Amino acid sequence: MTPEYIVEMNHISKHFGGVKALQDVHLNVKRGEIHALIGENGAGKSTLMKILAGAYPKDEGTILIDGAEATTATPRAMLDMGVSVIYQEFMLAPDLTVAENIFIDHMQQGLFINWKDLKRRAKEQLQKIGFGNIDPGKKVGELSVAYQQIVEICKCLAKDSKVLVFDEPTAVLTHSETEKLLELIVKLKQEGVTILYISHRLEELFAISDKITVLKDGKYVDTVETASITKEQLVTMMVGREIEQLFPERNAEIGEEILRVENLAAGDLVEDVSFSLRKGEVLGFSGLVGSGRTETMRAIFGADKKSSGKVRYFGEEVNFRSPKQAIRKGIGLLPEDRKTQGLLLKQPIRYNATLVSRQGNGFINHKKEQQEVRELLARIATKYGSTEDNADSLSGGNQQKVALAKWLAVDTKVIILDEPTRGVDVGAKTEIYRIINELAESGVGVIIISSEMAEIIGVCDRAIVMREGRVTGEVPKENLTENHLIKLAMGV
Amino acid sequence: MEATRKKFDWKEFIINNNTFIILLLLVIVSAFLSDTFLTTMNLRNILLQQAGPILVAIGLLFVILAGGIDLSVGSIMAVGATVSAILITDLGMHFSVSIGVALIIGLAFGLFSGILVAYAGIQGFVATLATMTIARGVAFVLTEGRPVKVEAGTISTLVSKDFMYPIIWITILLIIVFTIVHRYTGYGRKVIAIGSNETALKLAGVRTKQYIMSTYALSGALAALAGVFVAARSSTGSATVGTGQELDAIAAVVIGGASLMGGRGFVLNTVAGALILGLIGNIMNLMAVPSYPQDIIKGVIIIAAVLLQIATSKRDRTI
Repeated sequence: MTPEYIVEMNHISKHFGGVKALQDVHLNVKRGEIHALIGENGAGKSTLMKILAGAYPKDEGTILIDGAEATTATPRAMLDMGVSVIYQEFMLAPDLTVAENIFIDHMQQGLFINWKDLKRRAKEQLQKIGFGNIDPGKKVGELSVAYQQIVEICKCLAKDSKVLVFDEPTAVLTHSETEKLLELIVKLKQEGVTILYISHRLEELFAISDKITVLKDGKYVDTVETASITKEQLVTMMVGREIEQLFPERNAEIGEEILRVENLAAGDLVEDVSFSLRKGEVLGFSGLVGSGRTETMRAIFGADKKSSGKVRYFGEEVNFRSPKQAIRKGIGLLPEDRKTQGLLLKQPIRYNATLVSRQGNGFINHKKEQQEVRELLARIATKYGSTEDNADSLSGGNQQKVALAKWLAVDTKVIILDEPTRGVDVGAKTEIYRIINELAESGVGVIIISSEMAEIIGVCDRAIVMREGRVTGEVPKENLTENHLIKLAMGV
Repeated sequence: MEATRKKFDWKEFIINNNTFIILLLLVIVSAFLSDTFLTTMNLRNILLQQAGPILVAIGLLFVILAGGIDLSVGSIMAVGATVSAILITDLGMHFSVSIGVALIIGLAFGLFSGILVAYAGIQGFVATLATMTIARGVAFVLTEGRPVKVEAGTISTLVSKDFMYPIIWITILLIIVFTIVHRYTGYGRKVIAIGSNETALKLAGVRTKQYIMSTYALSGALAALAGVFVAARSSTGSATVGTGQELDAIAAVVIGGASLMGGRGFVLNTVAGALILGLIGNIMNLMAVPSYPQDIIKGVIIIAAVLLQIATSKRDRTI
C-alpha cells in the first residue's frame, strides 16, 4: 500500500545557537499535489526546506519520504529519496552547456561521454516540459535567468525526483516568464510530480496551489485548502494581525522638476530614454526584465558610461563619470541585488549602514558610530541583534532596510530604488513603503524600478514603462492599471 | 533575540583569541624543550630576527584584506637591503638617507604592482609575480651578484645595543600604528570593505582603485624596510635577502586567521602568526634540528595551526 503522504515532516525543531528557528513544525504533503509554504521572512520556511533537503540537520522530529523514514539526512541521501530543491541561487555551472548541466551527476554511461547522446537526451527532457527551443549545446551562463531556471528544473527531473521544492522561483522572473513557469508547474503536477512551493506572491499561490501551510515565527500555524480561504484571511494568519493597508497613505507635495533625462543611450540595453522627476514625487519604472531600466539608472548614476543624451539636475547639465560624483551632488542608488551589490554580507551591520556617510579616511569613533547606527535603524524599525553582527545574520527584509539605511544617513535629493522589495516579506514591504513616503514627504524625488505591478500602482505618482531600451509610455496615477502597464511593457 | 550570555564565555574567548593561545602554547612548550629558550639573549634574538617578517606580514595583510595578494615582498626586501647598503658604500650617503631612499624605492615597486592590479586589471598574483622577478633582478644588477659589505657604525646602528635596539622599537611602533589604522580609521574600514564586496563600495561612491593601489604601495614600503633590517643585522646588502619570505608572510597572515578571500583579518593576530613561525624556527635551531627537516616540520605545523584555526572558529550558522 502506498502511503497517503509523500512528505511527512512531524514535530520538527531546529535551533541556531540560542535562536529557535523552528519549533514543533509539521508539513504533510500528499502525493501529486501542489503544496504552498508561506510565512513572513524569518518564519522558518527556508530552514524547513533546508532540513528537507538535508542541508541542515534537524534537532528533533521525524521525516518520512514516501513512508520511509529519512534517518541519514544528507543532501545526497535526500536526493536519492527523490527530493530536489530549486534554490533561488541556482546550482548550475555557468561555463558548462545546458546538456552537461542537466546530466551533471551522470554524464557518462560507459568509459567516455557520448556527447551526441547527451545532447539528444537533454533535448528530449527539455521538450517534455515544453522548452524544446532551448539549445542543449549552449552555455548556461549565456541563458536568461528564466531559462536557467528551466535547466535547473530539468536537472531535477532527470534525477527522477518525486518531490520538487521551489524556493521563491518567480522572484527573479518577469510577468510573462512567471506565467510560463506556473503553467509548467501545473503540468508537472499532472505528470505526478509533487510540488512544494514557497513564494511571497499570494496571487501565485492562489493560482496554482491545492493546499497552503502557514508558518509564523518558526511555529506551525495551520494547513488549509486553498479553495477555502481568502487572501485577507491568509495574510492575517501569516502576520497574526490585520494589515489594513499594504500601501500607506502619502502626503507629499510635488514640487519643481529636479531631474530631466533627454534621449539617454548607454551600452546595448538603453537606446532612447527621456523622462523627468519632480521634487517629492515617486516615479515608477515598469517593464520586463531586460528592458533597460536598471541600465538607464546606472548610466545616470555614473556607474556605467552613457553613449549619448543629456541629464539635467536642478536645471544644470551634469555628466557623472563615477557614482562618487553623483553621490556628492545628492543622488543615491539602491542596487537591485543586495547580496552582490548592496551589502557587505560578512561585515557588521554598522559598516553597512555607514558605507556612504563615512567617506573620509580619518579616525572613527566606534561608540559614537554605534549610537548613530542604532538611531538610524530604529527610525526604520529594523530588527537586529547588535550593530556588530554581520549583515548576513539578518532576514531579507531587514537586510534591505540596512542597505537602504546607508542612504538615509546622508542628504539625498534624488534616490533611485531598484527592486526595493524583492524577496522581502509583507510586513517589511509596508515598512519600506513607509520609508519611501517619508522620503517623498521630505522633498526627495524617488525613482522605483519594480517588476511587481501592484507595487508600481500602489506606491507611485506616475510610471514610466520601458521596452527594449526605450520609453513606451508614461502613465499618470489615475490611469495606472496592471492591464495598461502590461500592454505598454509588451508592446501590444 | 534575547541575550542569554551573562557569564564570561570561555568558548567565545578561545575562538576570538585562538592565534594568541597557539602562540602561548608554543612558548610554554619551547620553554620546556630548551633551557636557553627563555634567556634574554634568545628572546632578543627572536625579536631582532622577526621584526622584518612581522612588518612584511602586516603589509601583506592589508593587500589580502582588500582581496589581493603580493608575491613580490621577498624580492623587494632584497632591493631594500641592497639599495640601502650601496648608497652608503658607493655614494657615501648617511645611513638615514639611504634608508629613506630604500623605502621610497620599495614603495615605488609596490605602487607599480598596485597600478597593474587596480588600473590595468591584471590579477594580483600575476602582477606581483612579475614585480617579484623584476625586483630580484634589480637587486642582482645593483650588486652585480656580490654581497655589499657596509662598514660598522652606520646602518648597524639600527641593531645597536647602545641605542636600545632601534628596530625592535620601530617595529612595535609600526604595529601600534597599523593596528590603529586597521581598526580606527576610515582608510582601514575601506580596505576591509573592498575585500568584502568591491561592487557595493563602488556604488557607495568610493574610488576603490586608489585604495587597492595603496595597499600594494604600503606592502612594498614595509618590505623594503624589512630588507633594511636584514642589512642592518648582517651589515651586508645581499641580493639573496628575503628569498621565500613571501610564503612565510602568507603563512603568517593565514595562521593569524585572515581570509585569503579578503575582508577579514587583524594586525595583532598577524603579528602573532609571524611570531609563531619565528618561534618554530628558533626552537628547532636551539634543539639543533638540521635545516632541511626543519622545513618539513614547519610545513606540518602550519597545517596544524590553520586546522586549529578552522576547528575553533566554526560558529553556528544563523538563519
